[in-house]
Amino acid sequence: MATELPKTDVVVIGLGAVGGVAVLPLVNAGLNVIGLEAGGWFSNRDFAPDEVRNNLRDWPQQVAKAKNEIPTVRANINFEAVQGGGHPMMNGVGGTSLHYWAQSWRLNPWDFKTASATAERYGADRIPEDSTVEDWPISYEDLEPYYDRVEYALGVSGYAGNINGQRQANGSPFEGPRARDYPMPGLRSSGYTDMMSDAARQLGWTPFQGPAAINSEVYGDRPGCFYHGYCDRGGCHVNAKSSTAVTTIPEALKSGLLKVVTHARVLKILNDADGRVTGVEYLMGNQVMFQPADAVMLASHTYENVRLLMLSTSRQYPNGMANNSGQVGQHYLSHHQGAPVFALFPKNLNNWYGLPAQGVAIDEWADDNFDHSDLDFIGGGNLWTYTDRKPISAAKMPTFDLVPNWGSKWKAFVQENADRVNMSYIQKTTLPYKGNYLDLDPQVKDKLGFPVIRITAQYRDNELKIAQFTQDRMEEWYRAAGATHFYRAGLGNAMGASTHAYGGTRMGNDPATNVTDAYGFAHEAPNLGILGSSVMGTSGARNPTLTAQALAWRTAEHLVANWDTITR
Amino acid sequence: MSNKNKTRKDEVGPGAAPSQSRRNLLKGVGLSGAALLATGSGSLSAQPAPVTSAQRIPVREAFETLTALESSTLDAFCSRILPSDENGPGAHEARAVHYIDRALAGPMSSSREQYGIGLSALENYSLESKGMSFHLLPEPEQDAIIEAMVDSPIEGYSMLNGGFFFMVRTHTIDGTFSDPYYGGNRDFIGWDLLGYPGVRAVASPDDVSQGSALAPSRQSAYDMPTHLKDPVGSGSSSTGGAANGH
Repeated sequence: MATELPKTDVVVIGLGAVGGVAVLPLVNAGLNVIGLEAGGWFSNRDFAPDEVRNNLRDWPQQVAKAKNEIPTVRANINFEAVQGGGHPMMNGVGGTSLHYWAQSWRLNPWDFKTASATAERYGADRIPEDSTVEDWPISYEDLEPYYDRVEYALGVSGYAGNINGQRQANGSPFEGPRARDYPMPGLRSSGYTDMMSDAARQLGWTPFQGPAAINSEVYGDRPGCFYHGYCDRGGCHVNAKSSTAVTTIPEALKSGLLKVVTHARVLKILNDADGRVTGVEYLMGNQVMFQPADAVMLASHTYENVRLLMLSTSRQYPNGMANNSGQVGQHYLSHHQGAPVFALFPKNLNNWYGLPAQGVAIDEWADDNFDHSDLDFIGGGNLWTYTDRKPISAAKMPTFDLVPNWGSKWKAFVQENADRVNMSYIQKTTLPYKGNYLDLDPQVKDKLGFPVIRITAQYRDNELKIAQFTQDRMEEWYRAAGATHFYRAGLGNAMGASTHAYGGTRMGNDPATNVTDAYGFAHEAPNLGILGSSVMGTSGARNPTLTAQALAWRTAEHLVANWDTITR
Repeated sequence: MSNKNKTRKDEVGPGAAPSQSRRNLLKGVGLSGAALLATGSGSLSAQPAPVTSAQRIPVREAFETLTALESSTLDAFCSRILPSDENGPGAHEARAVHYIDRALAGPMSSSREQYGIGLSALENYSLESKGMSFHLLPEPEQDAIIEAMVDSPIEGYSMLNGGFFFMVRTHTIDGTFSDPYYGGNRDFIGWDLLGYPGVRAVASPDDVSQGSALAPSRQSAYDMPTHLKDPVGSGSSSTGGAANGH
């Protein structure tokens, strides 16, 4: 029998990148908030420059709850889904924002209206046949003020390309208009990124330093980046990375209105006879607690958002909470970031120090920034090259068919070229499709006996064609910078478990095809807010976190502004 | 960056037959027998004869999970993947096997059985086809066996295949180029081989300019005061650790 705790205003499930942001506007409005987090606290002393721990052993990601609930994956229903080696998310106060690359992009305005803009410019028949893509219920302009709030609350560095319609020389010529500049200038360039920028200009492209939730200078009480590397899957040893654990969560704690409950493993969201949520049941050690609340914010990343809804069955929701429409788990996509290009240069690049967010972007081939009239796909990819190199991954470089992969010849090759290889992954427009979805795995269960999430999803022609097209552009760029040998990975097949996981609780005005309304509240359970990229219906060609955070802030503000009607 | 002038300090492995057989002996007689050897005869601790450094039995780390024979087979295997040659020391000198052993006893324990099966298959095949332990074979013969398994499984030894090779190759790299904290990359052999200047707390614009080359830092991440687990002196404020460290 669950121990019933005193009622609170709002329970937030998961204090990661989005839950950790939403708590701030809630406490600022005077609401009492309880944040349930499956992990514990980390400090900057945990974040050593250690490739084994970060990149081979997935520490600190592989702790607590997440490693017991790794999703299974299959390309389509003709295969049996199998569990992969790791979970892309982690547990801990700050969640994956502790160790992410912290690239903090706004989406392009086109990403919000892909369906209508494509129909208008090229004809509706250019939308891939099986795609379930819809326009978002909101526009870039609707979200702009919330992007701004998050950029300033966290601390995002970057160069604006468009302030109120005025072109800014150092930023992207393609970005949507911003109300004001970033709070900090972009991270510094490096010798390598300067070289790549020069090459891009020779090609007539417009290189710019990308935005990052990493301080480029002192911001509040946190220092600027030390550029020592080990940022990829590593937390920051000086707290220059603007994770929610060192920004919005401590800020919210100052109010005295946020209570953080760590090592709380949420079992179920409960509801009343009207289908409204009443609170959350969680396990701590071997004790089951029930935390009643007027509103619940679900913020546990796409896989766990969908899973917890599906596991929260009741008389009102026999197929899972807010799933009487059958839309929970639908419109799922993993961002296509695979199909990388490797390039070998004839000189050392001096790339040993730096970080993946310290890079140069090209947006000429992203979104609808180029004419697709004579092409057989829509969307595109953001080309990105950056300064980051670590010894083990350097030694695992491809051999470009020049030497065997072991023995003295290989050793000599690695010795000569350890600092001469660069790899570019490319983030591509990815769409939702019929037949791509999340559900509960019929066989694989976690240690408590609950089924894990099963991913059934596959990249389609549109994604593979973008991959091919952008690999060509990337090779062109490397070639212009002097690279002599290239290696391209395959174009992609099954959509694996990814930090960039979208859909499953898509946001839209039509309850027949969407789980949440335009503000992120469930159509069927109006006092349940859903936060994270699971509400996003398109990926864009860039990292999702800032957009998910802006949406979370907007959902929280909407709750505050409509408290009486939402909570009755 | 070359290590041509580095001396080979560690005698474990091929060519170290006396110490190898001594270890096998101790293993064979078991703990009580070893204790008997050590205390009963009194010869090991009492009045040792003076030895030159060349004669001295090298100080060893215990293997945590590998048997003596497994460690010898694996060391020979790793040494062919990343050999010691005219371009400097390799996986043996970096003690990649110690890295793998410790990993198999802990975070990589799910691969322990695969190592046991694969290494003993390698030994069986070597004994059967060459009449000699794998680690005692001349290097060209070791290479021929590895070459054969990379292409397709060796007939009658399905475990000796490309998958087993690739696993050992991956872990040889991990052990040679990891932070020395994990038992390999001894004396920064791996990082020197790559020209990696090592972990440091901060990198300046000049450090990463084209054409510049930093002197190696020669420290483990856990030599850095910012990452000690000991909380004494490490402030809990958001920048406390940084202030201490830099």
